[in-house]
Amino acid sequence: MKILVPVKRVVDYNVKVRVKADGTGVDLANVKMSMNPFDEIAIEEAVRLREAGIAKEVIAVSCGVAACQETLRTAMAIGADRSILVESDVDLQPLAVAKLIKAVAAKEQPQIVIFGKQAIDDDANQTGQMFAALMGWPQATFASKVVVSGDTASVTREIDGGAETLEFKLPMVITTDLRLNEPRYATLPNIMKAKKKQLDVLKPADLGVDVTPRLTTLKVSEPPKRGAGIKVADVKDLVAKLKNEAKVI
Amino acid sequence: MAELLNDRDLKFLLYEFLDTAGLSSRARYGEQSRDVFDAVLDTACAIAQEHFAAHNAEGDANEPEFDGTVVHMIAQTKTAWDAFAQAGFLAAHWDIEEGGLQLPEVVLRAAMAFFCSANAATTGYPFLTIGAANLLRAFGTPQQKKLYLAPMGDGRYAGTMALTEPGQGSALGDIKTYAVAQEDDGSGSGSYRIFGQKMFISGGDQNLTENIVHMVLARVKGDPQGVKGISLFIVPKRLPNPDGSPGERNDVALAGLLHKMGWRNTTSTVLSFGEKQGAVGYLLGKRGSGLGHMFQMMNEARIGVGLFGACIAYRAYLLSLEYARERAQGRLPSCKDPLSPQVKLIQHADIRRLLLAQKSIAEGALALCLFASSLVEDQHSHPDSACRTQAGHLLEFLTPIVKSWCGKQGCLSNDMAIQVLGGSGYTRDYPLEQLYRDQRLNPIHEGAEGIHGLDLLGRKVVMLDGACYRAFRASIAATLAEAAPYAALQPLQAVLERSVAKLDEITAGLIELQKNDPDRGLANATIYLDAAGRIVASWIWLKQAVIASACLVKNPGSDEAFYAGKIQAARYYIEWELPGASVSFDLLAQNNAIPLDMRDEWF
Repeated sequence: MKILVPVKRVVDYNVKVRVKADGTGVDLANVKMSMNPFDEIAIEEAVRLREAGIAKEVIAVSCGVAACQETLRTAMAIGADRSILVESDVDLQPLAVAKLIKAVAAKEQPQIVIFGKQAIDDDANQTGQMFAALMGWPQATFASKVVVSGDTASVTREIDGGAETLEFKLPMVITTDLRLNEPRYATLPNIMKAKKKQLDVLKPADLGVDVTPRLTTLKVSEPPKRGAGIKVADVKDLVAKLKNEAKVI
Repeated sequence: MAELLNDRDLKFLLYEFLDTAGLSSRARYGEQSRDVFDAVLDTACAIAQEHFAAHNAEGDANEPEFDGTVVHMIAQTKTAWDAFAQAGFLAAHWDIEEGGLQLPEVVLRAAMAFFCSANAATTGYPFLTIGAANLLRAFGTPQQKKLYLAPMGDGRYAGTMALTEPGQGSALGDIKTYAVAQEDDGSGSGSYRIFGQKMFISGGDQNLTENIVHMVLARVKGDPQGVKGISLFIVPKRLPNPDGSPGERNDVALAGLLHKMGWRNTTSTVLSFGEKQGAVGYLLGKRGSGLGHMFQMMNEARIGVGLFGACIAYRAYLLSLEYARERAQGRLPSCKDPLSPQVKLIQHADIRRLLLAQKSIAEGALALCLFASSLVEDQHSHPDSACRTQAGHLLEFLTPIVKSWCGKQGCLSNDMAIQVLGGSGYTRDYPLEQLYRDQRLNPIHEGAEGIHGLDLLGRKVVMLDGACYRAFRASIAATLAEAAPYAALQPLQAVLERSVAKLDEITAGLIELQKNDPDRGLANATIYLDAAGRIVASWIWLKQAVIASACLVKNPGSDEAFYAGKIQAARYYIEWELPGASVSFDLLAQNNAIPLDMRDEWF
């Protein structure tokens, strides 16, 4: 069984991003970039399934600029067997990425595709779901536990009320939540080994996908500053304020 | 929480200021390239953030305790050690045949920079272990390597350097620890029994590893007094069984822990060797050459201490920069409207001065340390033998400056970081006060500042008939020539050129004076060291400014803010800080002897 894992290159989670003065986006000049943390969890889960003898091969795939090759090397240093870059300088939106992954999946025929539930730059939380819809596959989003046996998988999902466990028939889509696993580091020996692993580069045109953006960003601004708190007299007062002023209940 | 280092700056230093990517053209590094180096740095950064930075404050607040039997430390220390070891950093730079990956020295040190910034105290353990293992690699017999090297590479054993004694620190020639040769037990291992006390031994005991390998200086009984009688010994905490597993306890006892101002999560120990029958030790290298052997590790450790100084200052600089960009306070002198919004701290000229001074020290120190590491690299792996020699000479000259300038200026830099935060910087709610305390060790360990002054003026400027000094002068001259085409750098070039000419004159005078009157000739060695440090730092900044200027000419508009910042910091350092050398030069030129002539009874 093959597992496909899409990975995204994003601003490192330790970087404090700043909105550009002209409001067109956040300033990415000279900031550290690294693999989306949810995608690291996805790679780790796939590698564990291979180590457990359930999967035969783990393929990492990234869509974006040439520098995404670094992210793919990291994925291979964590344990992916080989990787594919769909190289494009266009600002790739979730639907375009979902279509590109669909085209890659058509070539590779994976039984499971594991996405991070969302990328920490845009927090869109869409690509996995869009891909599942395009493929007509079942989707187990926000997974915190995955058990694969034969052609079914039992996945525990994080939901508002806690967790639920559902059975899925392969092929399927999984999107990872934080508790699924703790990804290993790319150790130095594995970084050296990853250099020798196969990395193929394709263009969207090779896959016949139109990646033209469908959405336009009007303006990016800092979140509003939090105002000062107030003291309430009692619970009754609190409930009244939540209801009438904050309008949250 | 701010980043540990500015990633863009680190990449600038490695790939623009230094030609680290070009190392792959050397046979030893043929398999490697920039993407491997970057991935190594990413792993270092991730582990440093998650496992070192996360417990820096907790390790400071809960220092190790000794219950009379074992040392207790916060549990995160062990997790951090294991993560560091399992990622492969302890043996990364070793040869493939030794079980290493042949990672270049300069990349290893750049990776260490993340750990130094994240948590100096916990990084002390791997730092010392890497140094001790290097001694074994250089001087160990095959049998010694077999027993100790592999476990030090995978993190089962840690290492220490045991030089200082309760009675002897800077003056190692007078150490009292002694060794008695044992009758050959037939194993051919030539064991000794060691007796004596060692003090301030960092990592001398801990609960991280199953064994500790102490590198101990001692005099074989009957060998001559002074440095020529000192030998180096391997003294394990537990004697390894023939299969390499740690066996019974050696006669090495923890007499107590010392309670430090900073670096609290690094145990600082008093160790007793031979309270009973004598601690079993094995001669490492040549008998009587112990101090020379140890100096290999000490020179490396001195660059390492410079790196701690650089990184502790760097971390505080980034934290104070982040604070200054977020905290709104007051209005500019030109604004009289009390209803106008307050400006951010960074809008105030004096705050920008504090930040720019820190930038010039922190980034300058990191550049200097990585430059020195690249010389260590060139000394060993440069394909051209003349370049190898030249790198070695330059490194000899720079080592006392790398160690001293980074630590001493680092203290000033950390002081300014606190000042940016004002009252908040003085509280324990912010990490600045801890960084200030941690930094204070760096002008002390691995040779106090005064020792390095003597080393520079008493040894380095005259050694090899002045070849080390000439190597330094040739390197500065090359940079001055490179700066010439850039109009904006010409004033800096002129100032530095005049200062270097003055240094030549002062140096020649002091060499002459030393011949007739060493006490007077070396009396002001520390301020000579300070002045030389300012010149070296100015040179390192001019080198960076040359590269930044070239990049701006080549790709106008690209990365402009970053390169403009480099040029501005170079201007700041050379125009504001280099002139401090003139004060020292005036005192040195007149052989001013006021401190020397001051008498004990006048105090």
